[in-house]
Amino acid sequence: MSAKKPTVAVYKFSSCDGCQLSILNMEDELLELAEVVDIAYFLEATRAQKPGPYDLALVEGSITTPHEIEKIKQVRSQAKTVIALGTCATSGGIQALRNFASAEEYAKTVYPSPEYLQYLDSATPISEHIQVDLELWGCPVNKKQMAEVIVALLNNRKPNLPPYSVCLECKRRLTVCVLVDRDIPCLGPVTQAGCSAICPAMGRGCYGCFGPARESNIESLMAVLKEKERYPGEIMRLFRGISGYSPAFKDAAESLSGEKVTA
Amino acid sequence: MTTTATPIQNDISNPGILLRPKWAEVTEITPEADGIATYWLRFINSSDQQEFHFNPGQFNMLYLPGFGEAAISISSDPQDHEKLGHTIRFVGNVTRAVSRLKVGDVVGLRGPFGSCWPMSELEGKDVFIACGGIGLPPLRPAIYKIMRNREKYGKVTLLYGARTSSDLMFPREYEVWRKAQIDVEVTVDRGDANWSGRVGVVPMWFYHFRIDPRKTAVLTCGPEIMIRFVIFEAMARRVPVESIYVSLERNMKCGQGSCGHCQMGPYFICREGPVFRFDELQSFFNVEEF
Amino acid sequence: MQNETLPEIGSTITIEKSTMNEILLRLKQNGFLTIGPRIENETLIYGAIENLEDLPRGYTTEQKPGYFRLFRDRHSRYFDIIPGAQSWKQFLFPSCVELFSLRRITNSWEFAPRAVETPKFAFIGVRACELAAIQIQDAIFMREDFTDPIYQARRAHTFIISVNCTHPADTCFCLSMECGPQVRQGFDLNISELDNVFALTIGSELGRKLMAGLSFDDASGYVLASVDQKIGNARRQMKRNLNTQDLPELILENLDHPYWNEIGKRCLSCTNCTQVCPTCFCWNVTDESSLDGKSTCRERVWDSCFNPDYSYQAGGNTRPTIYSRYRQWASHKLGTWKQQFGTLGCTGCGRCITWCPAEIDITEEINNLGNEVKR
Repeated sequence: MSAKKPTVAVYKFSSCDGCQLSILNMEDELLELAEVVDIAYFLEATRAQKPGPYDLALVEGSITTPHEIEKIKQVRSQAKTVIALGTCATSGGIQALRNFASAEEYAKTVYPSPEYLQYLDSATPISEHIQVDLELWGCPVNKKQMAEVIVALLNNRKPNLPPYSVCLECKRRLTVCVLVDRDIPCLGPVTQAGCSAICPAMGRGCYGCFGPARESNIESLMAVLKEKERYPGEIMRLFRGISGYSPAFKDAAESLSGEKVTA
Repeated sequence: MTTTATPIQNDISNPGILLRPKWAEVTEITPEADGIATYWLRFINSSDQQEFHFNPGQFNMLYLPGFGEAAISISSDPQDHEKLGHTIRFVGNVTRAVSRLKVGDVVGLRGPFGSCWPMSELEGKDVFIACGGIGLPPLRPAIYKIMRNREKYGKVTLLYGARTSSDLMFPREYEVWRKAQIDVEVTVDRGDANWSGRVGVVPMWFYHFRIDPRKTAVLTCGPEIMIRFVIFEAMARRVPVESIYVSLERNMKCGQGSCGHCQMGPYFICREGPVFRFDELQSFFNVEEF
Repeated sequence: MQNETLPEIGSTITIEKSTMNEILLRLKQNGFLTIGPRIENETLIYGAIENLEDLPRGYTTEQKPGYFRLFRDRHSRYFDIIPGAQSWKQFLFPSCVELFSLRRITNSWEFAPRAVETPKFAFIGVRACELAAIQIQDAIFMREDFTDPIYQARRAHTFIISVNCTHPADTCFCLSMECGPQVRQGFDLNISELDNVFALTIGSELGRKLMAGLSFDDASGYVLASVDQKIGNARRQMKRNLNTQDLPELILENLDHPYWNEIGKRCLSCTNCTQVCPTCFCWNVTDESSLDGKSTCRERVWDSCFNPDYSYQAGGNTRPTIYSRYRQWASHKLGTWKQQFGTLGCTGCGRCITWCPAEIDITEEINNLGNEVKR
């Protein structure tokens, strides 16, 4: 570690601020973090700003407006390393539901004067616009993973992010499988671990916010879940949820619905 | 399995003894080739240093706190009790961190683990060592052992291959080995202006050597594809499978045959291996992804 | 009647069911953590039990491939329940345990001092298949050439009250594996539950001493015959069968068989089977370092041969496909395990069948493989 502390900037795009709150929520570690990095730009936390360039940019949110396309390019040009933070930034998030429908229709339904809105027809992950050095999934991101990524970066090593599915984490905390025990549709078997399997531990099915696990067998899980479907379209909607615009889940939902979607 | 490792009897009053390393200091760093260097280590605690004995072919688990452990074969002379050499290629998370170490830095060590080259069974035989790339370091202690007891072995040949001449490891030692009546034959996959020697892969050149299959033992280590072809060629030359020895590499976490990662069929590579007599592996060696 | 003398080891006595509460109390007074099946969040787990009323009395489980349900039945027995996803493994081989912590000092590291307290467990209601699984793990973690200090410290003081199984689930096949339903050895006390009494077989000196001053009778011929009859019924009820004849050979000689690919298409590679398996022992170790990099904690966690990282090393993955991971698991359990530890790695508890979301049934798959090979 050099004597000068690396500078960090935190940006928000279209999102709920939840991932930024996760950073603030690091509490004890936040003080440690402030000792090892220089938080130069973080509007959610402080109005004090230091000019770039920065060593690290943490980016929350997806790209949904023309202005954001410009802004994200600036972020890239100002930062040595860019980390996309959370499911919006990594897969488009819940906003990306518009990619499977008409954004215009949605706008009309929600706003009395939609003509004042400036928006794109689709909500897209950061990586569709700039080169992203690391993606940290989750809605919101897990604060332990957040810390791990920063420690890894500071120590010049690969962060220890699990490649396996939620199931392994779920069993490690001795949770009884909700899919087998209660027929609750669960994306755990095909979703990346890292959340410490909180949803199944609360008796809920995983809805895939950590995105598709690599080397998982989505096709087989689709067949399994289809058997347990409680109402038509339930499983299709489960895949087309918060990570629904990630290629693997997008394909799954398409094959379940029989419709091909181009956003 | 050519030897059994020393029993690991732990003090049950202290669960923390599991995977607990001893500390060693980097005393010297010798660059060997592009992205490869030998790290010479010496235990901080002198009694650890005195108690440490290993056999050619065995490995240590090298630990960098925060990064984890990596299994690294010992590449130095087993008779040298002053320092331990580990020749390391910087490819993984741990080994890339090793590349940033400086002389005086401290690492954790556990070991030695695993089986060794069958040095006493080889006595009276011709020894043919066929290795490639990073496969030479685990065999270097065997070469030293042969040199110290040269009269006990018959004809000894080292056939070593690397991608290019600048990837060849320990080049300064070849002359020393030759003086000890070891036939050192070196080949590169791709020749260049600096190279006037052999060009071609190890199994191909292996074919060109005269060996007496009845009294020759073949020792091989290197990329898995090379190992497969060396074994194929050796068997084609009617070397009995009982005279072919191979050192394998797998993902290892504990070194004690406990964590399960390095299994290949019935073997824990870290315990029954890494050195095997080929007949022990033959029945499943060619099964894909096993 | 109040007994002056203690029962002999190997003998069977009968006790009133309520006497078991006294036994549990005595265990606790002896510093044991009494653990047994209990219902929590509407499902079956293993957890601390204070007395018999904490047990899932009157409950039964229905188990099928990929299916588990707990329901109240008409009986009022305490131990009629077939175990759920959890196993005793989690106590002897914890799913996550800190090994040590290190602190940076100038250019070296020092071990942070820590007090390690090893809990003393009393397992209440261990089935024959589960006892066999504990013995299989004993052979892994307490080998001649390697002892796992965490396992050994916990196992050394474990008190086991086993129970004969009288109502196997649909997924059970302990008979094929010769591990049940009757408990044979390795217990301190063994329960056979009849409607009104427990028949209790004394298995150890400690088990025997616990009976001091308690009222018990020698088991009558009628009681012993009733116990035999119930175990006999359990044997007959067990429909699932794994043909174990030449089993390691069948698997190891057919590693290249295309049938493995068929299983690989359905396998989720989710790791569930390995995590609920009471004999699976693979583990991984990870470092968790503080933000300033000045301290790090080394932890051991359960791992699985279905984890994509399991066999990853610089240069590639030994088992990049799902079929090869399933084959590794099955060929280990039912094949190479024998060479490693002298027994097969399966006790027929059926957990991997019940808890596989994709309903993959190892008995069916291996029997199918056998049939495919013969064709």
